[in-house]
Amino acid sequence: MDKKITHKEPVNVLVVGVGGQGVIMVSKVLATICQEHGYQVKQSEVHGMAKRGGGVFSHVRFGEQVYSPTIPKGSVDVLLALEWAEALRWVNHIRPGEGTFISDTQHIVPPFACRNRKRGAEAGYARETSDQIISRVNKGFALDATTMARELGNERAANTVLLGLLSTTLEFSEDVWCDAISRFVPPKTVDVNLQAFEQGRAWAAMDHGTPEPVVHNDGPTPVVVGREEHEMSDFVQLDINPAWCKSCDICVKMCPERCLKLDDQLKAVLTDPDRCTGCRICEWLCPDLAITVHRTPEAARAAAQG
Amino acid sequence: MGRNATTAAKKIANVETKPLMGNEALARGAWEAGVRVAAAYPGTPSTEILESVSTFPKEDIVAQWSTNEKVALDVAMGASFEGVRSLSVMKHVGLNVASDALMSMTYIGVNGGLVIIVCDDPGIHSSQNEQDTRLFARFAMVPVLEPSDAEEALSYMSAAYDLSEKFDTPVIVRSTTRLSHTRSPVTLGERTEVARRDFDDNPQKNVMIPSHARIRHSTLIEREKNIAEYLETNELTRWEKADTSVGVITSSISYGYVKEVLPNASVLKLGGSYPLPEKKIRDFADSVDRVIIVEELEPAIENQLKIWNIKAQGKEFFSRMGELSPELVRDGFIKAGALPAEAGIADVFEIEPVPRPPVLCAGCPHTSSYMVLRQVEARVAGDIGCYTLAAVEPLRAIDTCVSMGSSIANAVGMAKSGVEEKPIVATIGDSTFLHAGIPPLIDAVYNEANITVMLLDNHTVAMTGGQDHAGTGKTLRGDETHRLNFEDVCRAVGVKWVQTVDSYDLGAMYKTLREAIDFKGVSVLISDRPCVLDPVKIKGPALAVIADNCTACQSCMNVGCPSISWSDEWFDGRHKVKIDTSTCVGCALCPQVCPSDAIQPLNRS
Repeated sequence: MDKKITHKEPVNVLVVGVGGQGVIMVSKVLATICQEHGYQVKQSEVHGMAKRGGGVFSHVRFGEQVYSPTIPKGSVDVLLALEWAEALRWVNHIRPGEGTFISDTQHIVPPFACRNRKRGAEAGYARETSDQIISRVNKGFALDATTMARELGNERAANTVLLGLLSTTLEFSEDVWCDAISRFVPPKTVDVNLQAFEQGRAWAAMDHGTPEPVVHNDGPTPVVVGREEHEMSDFVQLDINPAWCKSCDICVKMCPERCLKLDDQLKAVLTDPDRCTGCRICEWLCPDLAITVHRTPEAARAAAQG
Repeated sequence: MGRNATTAAKKIANVETKPLMGNEALARGAWEAGVRVAAAYPGTPSTEILESVSTFPKEDIVAQWSTNEKVALDVAMGASFEGVRSLSVMKHVGLNVASDALMSMTYIGVNGGLVIIVCDDPGIHSSQNEQDTRLFARFAMVPVLEPSDAEEALSYMSAAYDLSEKFDTPVIVRSTTRLSHTRSPVTLGERTEVARRDFDDNPQKNVMIPSHARIRHSTLIEREKNIAEYLETNELTRWEKADTSVGVITSSISYGYVKEVLPNASVLKLGGSYPLPEKKIRDFADSVDRVIIVEELEPAIENQLKIWNIKAQGKEFFSRMGELSPELVRDGFIKAGALPAEAGIADVFEIEPVPRPPVLCAGCPHTSSYMVLRQVEARVAGDIGCYTLAAVEPLRAIDTCVSMGSSIANAVGMAKSGVEEKPIVATIGDSTFLHAGIPPLIDAVYNEANITVMLLDNHTVAMTGGQDHAGTGKTLRGDETHRLNFEDVCRAVGVKWVQTVDSYDLGAMYKTLREAIDFKGVSVLISDRPCVLDPVKIKGPALAVIADNCTACQSCMNVGCPSISWSDEWFDGRHKVKIDTSTCVGCALCPQVCPSDAIQPLNRS
């Protein structure tokens, strides 16, 4: 079926993902198998900040003799990614025209990507589709391993689905993989992980069109509303009536953009108009109805004319 | 020590080999070398070494977390005085803390062998600088050994103890992040029990007063010469004869990169960068057409060769900053003309990577501390720990961060400057406070500084993965011990205003912080909640967003919680939010800032 890798040179597998996904477990399974087959193995990872939501990567190299613990760019034989944006971060490290790309299409959107307070702003997350990637690598698999694992009863077995795919690109037998997986996953989850592994292998053997990346939500796909408002202008004008303001400080404390303040007279004022997004929280929360937010020039003019 | 493919394969076939992380190999090496006492303060990338030492039997080896690196080194020194082999472990910046002891200890020498493992962090993966310990070794005139992989990490430990006892000197074994955290096969040996030496009743050697120290200084210079001579023929110095058009001098993990990139070059692999075997280096340089030195960070070897007037090149091809890699070493050799220039591999894809910086965890108890600090618009002197992550948006509530324990004294100085109009607050974690925060707190009280100290007590050394300390009531081996009470310590040094608040109660945090700031003098507010990751992973019932209530105001996004992100729904041109129930720990900070009551327990939403 697939051509196995049998280089004399070290074989380089780069495992990437997000902290907590099991990158280290995956690379340990692989490293152990290689070690037990008489190869010299080096497995290199960086701890520390990774645990706190950052990207995680682990280099696994095996061969007769391995010197560098890290894989030079452009020498990755197999990229195994547990998350879509992490796959894209490392895709250029694959050996051009030769390497294999394996990725879960799961999106883990970092909070950093949801910072833009402008109206109509989208999350700053990868736009590339799996088709765009798969069509331009030597061999590529992009699959929704997380959903496959969830349907088996344990979302955390997604990385084992991907191990199933990886196993089809390397020389070690199926039994060897199953044995190693059984030793590394929590005892209660051995069965589900072995099933996940089989599904990964089966998926690799099937002929697919490549799926679109899927965004996982906690509930059913919600109806998209409000998108037409993207075209709305960024116009914002805040009218604060000082006569009605009684210095309670609620608007100042609750402003998400921290752009309100009490002035010398202890009256609320807008200190940083550029930061104000017109979210209306101050208008809604003001117990004295002292704040009005205008979102169009017309509304502001009308209010001014009384 | 020659390691070609056949010997490597043979090793795997005949002897017990095991894949070990560099740090595990160093620990194993210490145990095999017969070490009796090991003390350390945790610090990335060195932390796993003592954790790994503590997996060996109590009867063989004492393993303890000490209050800071200086204490750890002094503990090891004490054991050495008593004639047993001892070990102290720290990260590079820890050696700064321990340096006062080290600079005297180098004069005293050792009785039982003493090794200090120092882990550098080239590339600054998790540190505040990337200082090069090899320069420190030169400064202290302490020999330094630099293993290049896990196998050497283990074997160099025994070599280090032999060196220590043979030449009456402490020895530094220097690792780096890459070596410490790379797993590779290691040949396991057995423990060698080393006979205890009698206490050396010799004040001229053990008591450093001026008249003794003057004499010891000359011993030190003699020692430097003797060790260099020993390294001329010792197997720690390895000459790999091959193609003579280029000769490479290297040490540490750089050796691996050189072998990867320029496998045919002659290599002089040094066991360490100080002291250097001059004659061997001269012979090597004479045997090749040109010498190129490959070393990470500072030109420690190169400068010495320049002093000796041995023609060599190095830093003109390789950076003084950051971590080396096969790519950078290849580039350097190309620049040097030792490799033919090759067309760089063009990127197949033009992709802008999604930034994924580290963030405080979902439910991190530090979050609320910095939310209220931002609210009161304080001038905040920060310290070393996970909470440095609060220096960036959306919390952005730390103004300075220098070194372990700096926050409190920095705050004292800010107050004494007489120019700061904002309330001045020092924030410091529980373990950092014990490490170096108590003397400055005494200073603050003694000098009547008007500051507030926010002691972030999350009951663990969180940044390094959850180690115990004097405030947790548990030892490194997990045994119960006295649990230090932070309020008692603060009151004992004379702080008149001390209060403990639940970090998850935002209102109480805000109100109490205002009171603490209003207090004239030193006030200590202890923000108290266990870390959600360590020692046990905390997972309470998750919260969820009632989408109909959400006005997309983004208030909860200001918490900076990684469990909160945008949903596909919109309100008034902005994304509503959603909570990932699998990672939400139910700390309930976000509902406390939600103005529309849209965040509720999962089962009610």
